[in-house]
Amino acid sequence: MKAIVTVVGKDRVGIIAAVCVKLAEFNVNVLDINQTIMQGYFTMMMATDVSACSIPVAELATRMEAVGKEMGLSIRVQREDIFEAMHRI
Amino acid sequence: MLNQKDILKTQDMIDKRHLDIRTITMGISLLDCCDPDLDTCCEKIYNKITRCAKDLVKTGEDIEKEFGIPIVNKRISVTPISIVASACQTDSYVKIAQTLDAAAKKCGVNFIGGFSALVQKGCTEGDWKLIRSIPEAMATTDCVCASVNVGSTKAGINMDAVAEMGRIIKKTAEITADNDGLGCAKLVVFANAVEDNPFMAGAFHGVGEPECVLNVGVSGPGVVYHALQSVKGQPFDVVAETIKKTAFQITRMGQLVGREASERLGIPFGIVDLSLAPTPAVGDSVARILEEMGLEVCGTHGTTAALAMLNDAVKKGGVMASNHVGGLSGAFIPVSEDEGMIAAAESGTLVLDKLEAMTCVCSVGLDMIAVPGDTTAATISAIIADEAAIGMVNSKTTAVRIIPAPGKVVGDRVEMGGLLGSAPVMPVHSESAELFVARGGRIPAPIQSLKN
Repeated sequence: MKAIVTVVGKDRVGIIAAVCVKLAEFNVNVLDINQTIMQGYFTMMMATDVSACSIPVAELATRMEAVGKEMGLSIRVQREDIFEAMHRI
Repeated sequence: MLNQKDILKTQDMIDKRHLDIRTITMGISLLDCCDPDLDTCCEKIYNKITRCAKDLVKTGEDIEKEFGIPIVNKRISVTPISIVASACQTDSYVKIAQTLDAAAKKCGVNFIGGFSALVQKGCTEGDWKLIRSIPEAMATTDCVCASVNVGSTKAGINMDAVAEMGRIIKKTAEITADNDGLGCAKLVVFANAVEDNPFMAGAFHGVGEPECVLNVGVSGPGVVYHALQSVKGQPFDVVAETIKKTAFQITRMGQLVGREASERLGIPFGIVDLSLAPTPAVGDSVARILEEMGLEVCGTHGTTAALAMLNDAVKKGGVMASNHVGGLSGAFIPVSEDEGMIAAAESGTLVLDKLEAMTCVCSVGLDMIAVPGDTTAATISAIIADEAAIGMVNSKTTAVRIIPAPGKVVGDRVEMGGLLGSAPVMPVHSESAELFVARGGRIPAPIQSLKN
């Protein structure tokens, strides 16, 4: 099962590191990263494999959101299916 | 990998355009709960609902989290109670309504529909008992929704039931006068009611439905409104195409969530209801979509055409996105639940007669409309008869959910709270329809019912 992790917020040192460390902690494998700075804002999208995630995906979403709050970022984890459903026939 | 733009677009729709799944509604058959003893019947009903729907809310919440899309309501619909209770040796079904209320609260859902009777061709003893129990049932429960189907294309219009429903609506308003007649917001009178409607207050679980089923209602007026802002001034061909594409995307969300939820709950997936259901929130209004097409205020000349096109495009876009489409499917125009409709009604542009015309081309009918408290039962019955006639002749569902707000006059406002919103009291014609309603009997089915 794949999930998309979206991180948006003010750019600073160590965002990718912090997010990846946290994902590794829950045994989430990062498959692809796409990152840019849009109008001064750090915007990152990661495709991840959550099949072996140590906690349920719903809880992962809650935990990552909390990590984001601590760092002043918006972090959301969403199952990839939602984007596939909406944008692919 | 997915396109970054697509991901951001989806998130933008959810964050800023009010895209959500409006409801996941579990339909539960109560046909096996019949019992001559009222208390036993209630016990069976309570046990069955709380057993079938015990995981509904939790499952909905898990899916919300995993997919990052809000599922605003989790609800239950049941077999019309007039059928389930007809074997009970009792004169009142209020206790059953209270049982439904208790079961709904135990499961954590916000509404339960199915305190209903289907009387398009005539009333059984059980149907009359149910109808006469409605005012007290509405006054003594919080989550229970009632509906009565008084007409259909196949059967015509049961004018005895229409006359009675005028009186029942008045009584329900009076008995819940402390809350501005809130009881009437949970009571719908239908023609051509559908058996798989996930939306309240008219949801019930039809007798042709399986034991237990999951139906989904999607929403997204805000998304459509936003999409139309990018095609300003362009011809209607382009407008229709834009709405279709957006409706497709919205419906795919519903299909995905419905399939996922039904798998987890271990019950069949019923239908997606392709509806544009507004909320009182700014930016989530069907009226504003019509205005975006070039109308100064919703309700002015051109509104019916705009709504007809919107309704059709929503269906065309949505139908390819789901393997089973059903329910009411179309644009809703509830006045109190739509910020733009409220504004249009307050400005005096949107009047009852125009709304009636609009119901010829949209998915339901006169919905969440407040009228003066001194409106007579006969006038309400006549309004119901008009709507039922539109439904009967056009082979579509129509409904009336009207609130004769006690003590209120034109210009006042009725506050319903939450998703039900607030409604400006609208004028009705003062000329009497008393003798028309008093005739009773049945309006014969129209010629278009003879399709065989």
